[in-house]
Amino acid sequence: MTSFLEITIRLAVWLLLAPLLPGIINKVKAWVAGRRGPPLLQLYYDLAKLWRKGVVLSTLASPGFLAATAFSWVAVLAAALLLPLGPWGTSLSFRGDVLLLVYLLALARFCTAGAALETGSAFEGMGAAREVSYAVLAEAAIITAVLTLSVQSRSLSLEAMLAPSAGAGAALLAAGLFTVLLAENCRVPFDDPNTHLELTMIHEVMVLDHSGPALAAVLHGAAMKLLLFSALLVQAVLPLGTLPAAAALGVLLGGVLAVAVGVGLVESLLARYAFRRVPLLLTTAFLLCVFALLVAWKGGAA
Amino acid sequence: MTDGLNLLVGLAMGLNLVALGSSRLPSLIQVAAVQGVVLGVMPLVMEPDFRWMAVLIAVATMAMKGLVIPALLRRAMRTANIDRDLNPLIGFVPSLLVGAAGMIAAVLLARQLPLLPEHQESLLAPGALASVFTGLLLLVGRSKAISQVCGYLILENGIYLFGLLLIHSTPLLVEGGILLDLTVAVFVIGIIVDRIQRAFDSLDTRKLTVLRE
Repeated sequence: MTSFLEITIRLAVWLLLAPLLPGIINKVKAWVAGRRGPPLLQLYYDLAKLWRKGVVLSTLASPGFLAATAFSWVAVLAAALLLPLGPWGTSLSFRGDVLLLVYLLALARFCTAGAALETGSAFEGMGAAREVSYAVLAEAAIITAVLTLSVQSRSLSLEAMLAPSAGAGAALLAAGLFTVLLAENCRVPFDDPNTHLELTMIHEVMVLDHSGPALAAVLHGAAMKLLLFSALLVQAVLPLGTLPAAAALGVLLGGVLAVAVGVGLVESLLARYAFRRVPLLLTTAFLLCVFALLVAWKGGAA
Repeated sequence: MTDGLNLLVGLAMGLNLVALGSSRLPSLIQVAAVQGVVLGVMPLVMEPDFRWMAVLIAVATMAMKGLVIPALLRRAMRTANIDRDLNPLIGFVPSLLVGAAGMIAAVLLARQLPLLPEHQESLLAPGALASVFTGLLLLVGRSKAISQVCGYLILENGIYLFGLLLIHSTPLLVEGGILLDLTVAVFVIGIIVDRIQRAFDSLDTRKLTVLRE
């Protein structure tokens, strides 16, 4: 019974806190630009509005279109439940759960791309192609980062991997993971979440045909993925396991907030990269993680 | 002391990768300059007791590699009127990956070398090997003369790092002599770049393979 209650609370935290993060990022962007900006809770209003609306479906779309969208949202939520939250731990921990986390995220991406292809629009097929071609590079980086953490802690379960700090290579790992966070969540140097210019979009292209509750699921899933990556980054870099519980929770929240502010600043100060320069940046992130892995290896050997 | 030195060498090795990844010539020159300054600081970190000669060499290295040589290169770049190395022989992503692989190979190779016990823990030997490799990669992989000069500078930085291993047995005067040679070489190259530009209307060194009257 207690475990049921615990999972309910955990679900509520993930579901309710996630849409706050894009709000913070937008506030930071507005503040840098000297505007007042949308309210902090804008995404909640948007989600509520979208939920009440009807769905317009492409005539080509099979039931798989809505199913894939729902699948992708559930996959992100399941991945989020696997991630420990500082002192709170995780409700489900087993050897190798980190692999499940990586593959659930991949499954979510597969479903989004599948739903985009389902509409039969050539334009959305192009967006799906862009998305997966960057994902190949980003995935190499994130698997290397996971490998680093696993070598560092000599363990394959997330709870044990994320408790200690990343050691000497922490700065390298932080830079690499932050770049991956920007790429995975379609933030500015890779993709502009605000643009609706056809030639520059990646993620926005794929969801053009979603409307009403389906679009709400996509938006909410994206916000949860952002929160997931921020929490992963903070816990991978900072030694939360060595702090007392209250302090660790505070550090985790502060860290996630700092990541959101960092994303907002990057987004205000950088321009979107040209498509052909993106692989270079993702390769850099991969190399940063590789060097963090080497440092972890050397530290482990000595 | 070793920790501070290793941090600086690590920074220099990171700058190697930045140099391999940057396509704009001003940023490439900037990277070579910053690496020169980082290398200039190293003798000060290595020598615990204050020596006038060491300080003099450090200041001279920083001034030459950080200010004079970059200024000469920027001037050459302005007169040649280019600021990008488009279509290099080895693309930026491949050269980044090859450079990183070379860096890992350098660390592994340096472990096999019969170094003195006090150098076993330091990153000087791997850093030197990696910089020499990066310099070679830039020299063969880029098409514009100015980026090849930057490769030459980074290669020389690697040799300087090797020299630091022997800082107690070679007189610093030798380092000073090398520095002077390097400056003259870059000065001459600056003039040559201007000549190439005038004769061929381009700095692409691939066009220099044909003999003409």
